[in-house]
Amino acid sequence: MSTTTMTHDEAHHHGAPTGWKRWLYSTNHKDIGTLYLLFALVMLFLGGASAMMIRAELFMPGIQLIDPDLYNNLVTNHALLMIFGAVMPAAAGLANWMIPLMIGAPDMALPRMNNLSFWILPAAATMLILSFVVPFFPGGGTQINTGWTIYPPLSVQVGMSMDFLIFAIHLLGVSSVLASINIIVTLLNMRAPGMTLMKMPMFCWTWLVTAFLLILVVPVLAGGVTMLLFDRHFGTSFFDAAGGGDPVLFQHLFWFFGHPEVYILLLPSIGVLSHVIPTFARKPLFGYRSMVGAMLAVATIGMVVWAHHQYTIGMSLGAVTYFMVGTILISIPVGLMVFNFIATMWRGAMTFETPMLFAVGIILMFTFGGLSGVMLAVVPADMQYHDSMFVVAHFHYVLMPGAVFGLFAGVFYWLPKWTGNMYDERLGKLFFWINVIGFNITFFPQHFLGLAGMPRRIIDYNVMFTEFNVLSSIGAMIFGLSHLLFLYIVIQTIRGGKSLKRSGAKSWEGAKGLEWEVDSPPAFHTWETAPQIK
Amino acid sequence: MCFKCNYIIKPLLLILGMVQLGTAHAEFGVNFPEPAGELAQNIFDIHMLTMSIATILLIIVFAIVIYSIYYHRKSRGYQADQNFHNTWFGHWSWVIVPVLVLGVDFTIANNANTVLKTVWEVPKEKDIMDLKVTGHQWWWEFDYLDHGVKVESRALTKEQSGDLYLRDVDNRLVLPTGKKIRFLHTSADVNHAFWVPELAFKKDAIPGYVTETWIELDREGVFRGQCAELCGTWHSRMPIVVESVSPERFAQWVDEQNAIKVAAAAEASSSKTWSKDELIAKGEELYNTKCAACHQITGTGLPPAFPPLKGSAIATGPIAGHLKIVLNGKEGTAMQSWSSLNDLEIAAIITYERNAWGNDTGDVIQPADVKSAR
Repeated sequence: MSTTTMTHDEAHHHGAPTGWKRWLYSTNHKDIGTLYLLFALVMLFLGGASAMMIRAELFMPGIQLIDPDLYNNLVTNHALLMIFGAVMPAAAGLANWMIPLMIGAPDMALPRMNNLSFWILPAAATMLILSFVVPFFPGGGTQINTGWTIYPPLSVQVGMSMDFLIFAIHLLGVSSVLASINIIVTLLNMRAPGMTLMKMPMFCWTWLVTAFLLILVVPVLAGGVTMLLFDRHFGTSFFDAAGGGDPVLFQHLFWFFGHPEVYILLLPSIGVLSHVIPTFARKPLFGYRSMVGAMLAVATIGMVVWAHHQYTIGMSLGAVTYFMVGTILISIPVGLMVFNFIATMWRGAMTFETPMLFAVGIILMFTFGGLSGVMLAVVPADMQYHDSMFVVAHFHYVLMPGAVFGLFAGVFYWLPKWTGNMYDERLGKLFFWINVIGFNITFFPQHFLGLAGMPRRIIDYNVMFTEFNVLSSIGAMIFGLSHLLFLYIVIQTIRGGKSLKRSGAKSWEGAKGLEWEVDSPPAFHTWETAPQIK
Repeated sequence: MCFKCNYIIKPLLLILGMVQLGTAHAEFGVNFPEPAGELAQNIFDIHMLTMSIATILLIIVFAIVIYSIYYHRKSRGYQADQNFHNTWFGHWSWVIVPVLVLGVDFTIANNANTVLKTVWEVPKEKDIMDLKVTGHQWWWEFDYLDHGVKVESRALTKEQSGDLYLRDVDNRLVLPTGKKIRFLHTSADVNHAFWVPELAFKKDAIPGYVTETWIELDREGVFRGQCAELCGTWHSRMPIVVESVSPERFAQWVDEQNAIKVAAAAEASSSKTWSKDELIAKGEELYNTKCAACHQITGTGLPPAFPPLKGSAIATGPIAGHLKIVLNGKEGTAMQSWSSLNDLEIAAIITYERNAWGNDTGDVIQPADVKSAR
């Protein structure tokens, strides 16, 4: 080796920096991915703790543990922490880790912006937590008792906590938009030579669509909450009917963001499944092209059906008919996705490691959630379901399997790649079973509660709803606590004790793709020379 | 061994016992209650149709997946079919599947659309009965626009309602059977939603909006529901009780209500000077129904959302300030204007508030004082 190459190597092939600077100043996609995932894990536990408080209060009729405003605040915080704190950052963490590895790029296209988009998150989380903490201090105003939808005029009545929340949403939005820009630029410019868009791994495709969705809808939410801020403090009447404004306008702005948000949460996990199922079925993904098409269709239709969250506001017959038909049509591309997954399993040679268990669970439970979604789309029937516990059951059946279980599958699937250690398969399977059984005990009975007439977001209920609430709360405790096992497995795998097997470059027998060609764990810098794709 | 068992079995038995106890005294439902009108029946039917279709599809998906994970597994020595996606099925499934799903979608949408039209379009009949429903934090106001009757409906306390707690009110919404009724929903403060499952529709009450729905009740009975849109602290305490009665009984009820109204108006407009004790007695009753939900029976409020009246600057300060806040409300808070109450009622409430809970100002406010402050 000549001297010149040596200097070259010294300049570029350095190891990881050490100490706090490695993380605070990081521009390395792997480290930032790790940061995102750890942040999401912390938020998962905060959001989970608030959910368990809610279910503990609902265990029996009567008000036992917390007062109504604190209860409503927990309802608000549970949603915000889970959506903006846990699921979105976790998906961004997977994207950061895996996209450069999958497309043969040395790093994300905009590494410094990558650093910024992560480090905005802790600031946003602090604001969000402050909005919860401030009312406990004298003069801190009232708690946010509006739910995550923060509909005016109720949200105008709330004290200064609402302002903290509005700024937290702004920061979270900025972070998401920056991360999305980075992902789009990376995917469009940094693919290895020969990797055309239609050869791109499915996970990259799902993130490409997700990132576009985020850029399109997050600014609308930011605009909506800014108008709310002006109504609260600067004398405007955007949403105040007494001043010539329109309280329903906020609902439209919110759900114009809120409905595509569902697909933003869902799609990255669909991407994970598109890798997990072929790996463990040992045959290629069925219908790659139709998968891409279905995803684009979901994103497009998903952008224009937002008002199915507001069937009861009194829209015109024409408007509700349009939103009903549009919403029902979403079942076509989503049905095609589920079909493709089942067809990938069909005539495969399947084994059932933890990621695959989650994948099968997702197919079954997500189908269930999707079908109750079709029921909700039907306007006359939704006159009954709307704002009842049936809706709560439905969206947890869509979002837990659709988003969170997909992320769990991804974590178990790639954990050996990230750490170089195989996680304890026995514990992983145990976690899956406790988790999934707990989940179903929690949310299945809520369908019946809703049909029997229990509205959502109430702290106290009539004795006629006792039985299913008891069952649901018991399930919630099992479900919530099962995540401690997840935490244990993750820590154990990172530490890599003697009991664990080491993972080779290819952690799974059936795994295919560029990410399995680099070492486990990968070097600090990978793919400095781009691979050639045939 | 047995000692240890006890720790596990006892709580389990307790839970089971509780569940059984629950079934004994409450009708717990797993589906919508029996509809109380043709329109509600149509909605119920479309619900059952979509649920049946969803159940059948679910069974098909489960069957295929379970078959596949049983037979197509490596441990059974199954060889993966690497070319499955290249068969004719693989090439055309992207057409076949959407067409099948579209067929299902069309069945649902087509049926739903017919029902939707009847639900959405209120019949344009002259003699339809108009009922204005106004949501307040946290009670309902029902205005019988054709009869000049107004009903204020508030939740009863646990002691008053027993097992019906949170599903029982002081004044019911009395409606006649066999008559088309148009509901006009609006709100005085934040969003609420009117939901009685037997009537099968839900409609938001939004300030500045009037939304409409309609129904024709076809059976008598008492139907219970509650507010369905998060409306702040006591969202859980906004029950609705509909009492469906025969047209004859309804006419009788309207007459009774009108008689009560006339008597109250006569009392309020009399130029009588009321004694302090009379006003306090009247005021206590009114305060406990109308004000205590927020400011509490003890006058201590629930700060910071609902300030205490006990020892407060307003309730012990100048009378004019006290009158002003009761008559006009306070903007940006849950404190609404109470100017719809008559002079006597306001005078009684203010007199009570200024003399109760150790606020012993000794002030007596007469209806005439309220009249001049308006």
